Amino acid sequence: MSENKEKKSVFMSKLLKENPVFGLYLGICSTLAISTSINNAIGMGVCVTIVLVLSNILVSCVRNITPEDIHIPVYIVIIASLVTVVSMVVHAFAPTLFSSLGAFLDLIVVNCIILGRAEAFASMNPIGPSAKDGLNMGLSYTVSLLAISLIRQLLGTGMITWDNPFTGANVFSLRIIPETFTLPLMTSQVGAFLTFACLAAAVAAINNKEAK
Amino acid sequence: MNLFTLFLSAMLINNIILSKFLGMCPFMGVSTRTSNAFGMGIAVIFVIFGASLLSYALYYLVLVPLELEYMELITFILLIAAFVQLTDMIIKKHSPTLYKQLGIYLPLITTNCAVLYVAMDNITQKYNLIETIVNSIAVPAGFMLMLVIFATIRERLQGNDVPKAFAGNPIAFIIAAIMAIAFTSLSGLV
Repeated sequence: MSENKEKKSVFMSKLLKENPVFGLYLGICSTLAISTSINNAIGMGVCVTIVLVLSNILVSCVRNITPEDIHIPVYIVIIASLVTVVSMVVHAFAPTLFSSLGAFLDLIVVNCIILGRAEAFASMNPIGPSAKDGLNMGLSYTVSLLAISLIRQLLGTGMITWDNPFTGANVFSLRIIPETFTLPLMTSQVGAFLTFACLAAAVAAINNKEAK
Repeated sequence: MNLFTLFLSAMLINNIILSKFLGMCPFMGVSTRTSNAFGMGIAVIFVIFGASLLSYALYYLVLVPLELEYMELITFILLIAAFVQLTDMIIKKHSPTLYKQLGIYLPLITTNCAVLYVAMDNITQKYNLIETIVNSIAVPAGFMLMLVIFATIRERLQGNDVPKAFAGNPIAFIIAAIMAIAFTSLSGLV
């Protein structure tokens, strides 16, 4: 039981302290822009996680044969190729997701989390741990994205919906807040900044409390 | 589209930071002092202008004739990295004072998503050469405007008593939210 509890606390501290979005402020651009709906958040989170795991594996494979001077261009080419592939796959199999993510799918290339992990972790560690690190970071990115989008969608539209990403058909939809009480502001840019600020402050408050 | 309208809408209404959320990292990182914000703004204008024109030429003169449009992402990001490196070297050689002022912000522009976005946006919007030039000046000009305004507010904020959890970045996001409200009202302009 206690071992289980310890595992849980390690997971929570990873999620809160080393959270790439709220703790380290990486990859904020896409987080703010994509978090308008739960569908987008999950789609983007999955794409980023896939790219992150694969790029960590590939970077880890070439880490001993990459000359020190040109390692950044090499990593960027690896990441850009992976993003191109993922973007083509999404375009082919999930066209609605592709159009709602828009330019941000291609902009995964310049997401600081991916290059940051390649540089800070995968370039120094063997393949197994690198893949695990990519999965870890990708999942906490997805969870952060999901938290923001849940708040924004709930307050902005009053509904929780889930569409099938491959066909675009509505699978699940539930109204929680009546339409009169919704805040359309939350789905606009303003809501993104506000939600992010409050969540980041909450994470900071929890971390401060633990530090004491 | 009217060129002036294009300029205004790219700079103010569809402001790259407040409505597209691009370039947030330098926006949060460099905006603590006005002088830094100013230098970064100039560097970003130069890099976005140069890199978008080069990628425009690369796309229509090389990729389209060879039918390699899907290589857009890889070639553009390499071009931007090379261009930033080149700018870095030129400024270092010809104007050491400016180089000192810009410091580490120059190499960091490579990972500024605004650069890649403008280069790709020019292609997806099917702008012609003149529209590309106007767009590639207007977008970074809007970026610089935001950066400088934001830096002046943050300088004032440093002495203020902010709730502990909000200190640092969270309060900066609250300010950004208030600025976004102000800028939404500009959308009636065009």
